[in-house]
Amino acid sequence: MTGLSFADAIQLLLVGLSQGCLYSLIAIGLVLVYKATEQVNFAQGEFMMLGAFVGYQFIVLWGLPYWLGALLTLVFMGGFGYGVDALVVRRLTGQPVFTVFILTLALGIALRAVAGIVWGFGNYSLPAPVEGNLTLGSVIIGWSSVLAILVTAIVASGLYAFFRYARQGVAMQALSLNQLAAFYMGIPVKRLTSSIWAMSAIFGAIAGLLLGPVTLVSTQMGFVGFKAFAGAIVGGFGSIPGAVLGCLLIGVTEPFFDIMFPTFKGIGAYLIMFVVLLIRPEGLLAQIYAKKV
Amino acid sequence: MRVLFRKSYKQDIRLFRDRTQAFWYLLFLCIALAAPLFLDGYFLDELSFVYIYAIAGLGLMILTGFSGQVSFGQAAFVAIGAYAHTILLSRYGVPWILSLPLAALITGLVGLAIGRICGRMHGLYLAIATLSIAIVTERLIGGGGGFTGGHRGLPVPGIDIFGIAIDQSWKTYLLNLAFFVGAILMTRNLLRTRSGRALIAIRDSEVSARSLGTNVAFYKAYAFFLSAVFAGLAGGLLAHAFYYITPETFGMGESIRLLLMIVVGGIGTIHGAIFGAFFIVLLPTVLSWVKVILPSAIATSGGFDSLAFGLILLGFILFEPDGLYGRWVKIHHYFNVFPMYKRRSFQRQKTFLKTERLK
Repeated sequence: MTGLSFADAIQLLLVGLSQGCLYSLIAIGLVLVYKATEQVNFAQGEFMMLGAFVGYQFIVLWGLPYWLGALLTLVFMGGFGYGVDALVVRRLTGQPVFTVFILTLALGIALRAVAGIVWGFGNYSLPAPVEGNLTLGSVIIGWSSVLAILVTAIVASGLYAFFRYARQGVAMQALSLNQLAAFYMGIPVKRLTSSIWAMSAIFGAIAGLLLGPVTLVSTQMGFVGFKAFAGAIVGGFGSIPGAVLGCLLIGVTEPFFDIMFPTFKGIGAYLIMFVVLLIRPEGLLAQIYAKKV
Repeated sequence: MRVLFRKSYKQDIRLFRDRTQAFWYLLFLCIALAAPLFLDGYFLDELSFVYIYAIAGLGLMILTGFSGQVSFGQAAFVAIGAYAHTILLSRYGVPWILSLPLAALITGLVGLAIGRICGRMHGLYLAIATLSIAIVTERLIGGGGGFTGGHRGLPVPGIDIFGIAIDQSWKTYLLNLAFFVGAILMTRNLLRTRSGRALIAIRDSEVSARSLGTNVAFYKAYAFFLSAVFAGLAGGLLAHAFYYITPETFGMGESIRLLLMIVVGGIGTIHGAIFGAFFIVLLPTVLSWVKVILPSAIATSGGFDSLAFGLILLGFILFEPDGLYGRWVKIHHYFNVFPMYKRRSFQRQKTFLKTERLK
């Protein structure tokens, strides 16, 4: 590695930070569902891909104004997430986690195929929400990256407030502690679970709309979801601050790793995860303590 | 309905349950041996693929189905086996008959090391860890330069056993069949031994297994070792079936396909791995027949195969979670108890979420 100047390092840091924020948006969706139902959604990356494609449909193909199109996308994806839980995943409540892994993997395969059939397997460009660059001395960063960081900060703090103060948020916490007890207390367990899936799909769609302009929209973009998984695991799966922390860690170290080892581009995230898991098998902010017999 | 009388303790650990079961196994073996007489080259090659995938599936079944450790990275082991075998054959001139067991052993040792590391992880953590092993392995082989042939791949030399060239379809078919039968017998044998029972005990409850004196860490690593040996063997055979190997052949998608294969077949059973292999190899052929009667707009779009695959899987998980083998057991039971069949015998219990997070 030669001649990585201070400005370059800062540049990479900012790029990594915005990338990490996108990972954390996906990871937040994962963790939300996991916290409430202990179901792991391997199709979260595909939710993001679908969000990007739906946005592409509204904004590019139908020519709607950007913010209206984005809003419609979020509404659509919310309904989609709700439907996925209400129609499919709910049937597997209480089944072993492995069953849900396979279900969501299969769902992901099917969604990728559907997107390919509807929109085609090429790469499509999605307009960025804000154009132009922010120049700070010799460091240049796109406004859309700044937006990604801002949105993640808003979502994360908003979720914190939601779980702390809102009635629905407290009910969701109760749900995640004990489903049966929550049901006895009169919490509408089914509706709430589906709403959580809707929320998680919406966060996926936000990530898709923000990532779309950077990497182009394609059926393969859902694989980024696995890096979000790695990030969420680094942080300790099941904790929202942990997921954000882990994803930022992975996002920030990744560009440096890629520059140092160009032949092995793209595996930095997983190596970091391995190192963390070797030292702390439950992630940085541990959520699992022991398993019941 | 046949009642099984238990006359001795040995009966529980026999290789076959009774004469009837042994008879069926023999019958199928005879049919498989006779297949080259009445099938042409194309179907023999397809069946070879079925056998190879079944070997890999049996390996994954030992790991995921019997010891309960989810592996999303089995293709990594298959890749290591394939590459080790090819490199030993073409670069070091090791005889075929030595190179394949060596490749399997190398893969097994890699599996052992990974099992040692991953033994402490459960469920999701293990799934993602093994998934990342698959991704990392693919990249490492791709970035390996001249040694592994990089992304350009490696040509695989032909099979030569003691000067006999295995170059025709029926010869490779019989070779693959031999390994397949060996793999089934090994797995059946494993299940009746102490170590096999230990694996199943760990799957059903790790804490109980530990409190009964099972060395959990050892047996978990052991499961990884065995599973990797099977995968390595399958990899070596698969390399010959492909003639040319690239890292992309054994990517993440392949790992997931292998896992889905044993789920469709029926997780936790030997038959499941075999049914699953038939399913996964023959599905494209069946789909190409289906496509003929579909409107061309759907049939020609590239996503049709994976859409069908995804939907079939969804159907299995929702309506028949025990897979093809589970369906077979039900049909068998139906005729066994003929007028008395009750749907309720196989009804799933209603369940609520039981948390695995404890404070």
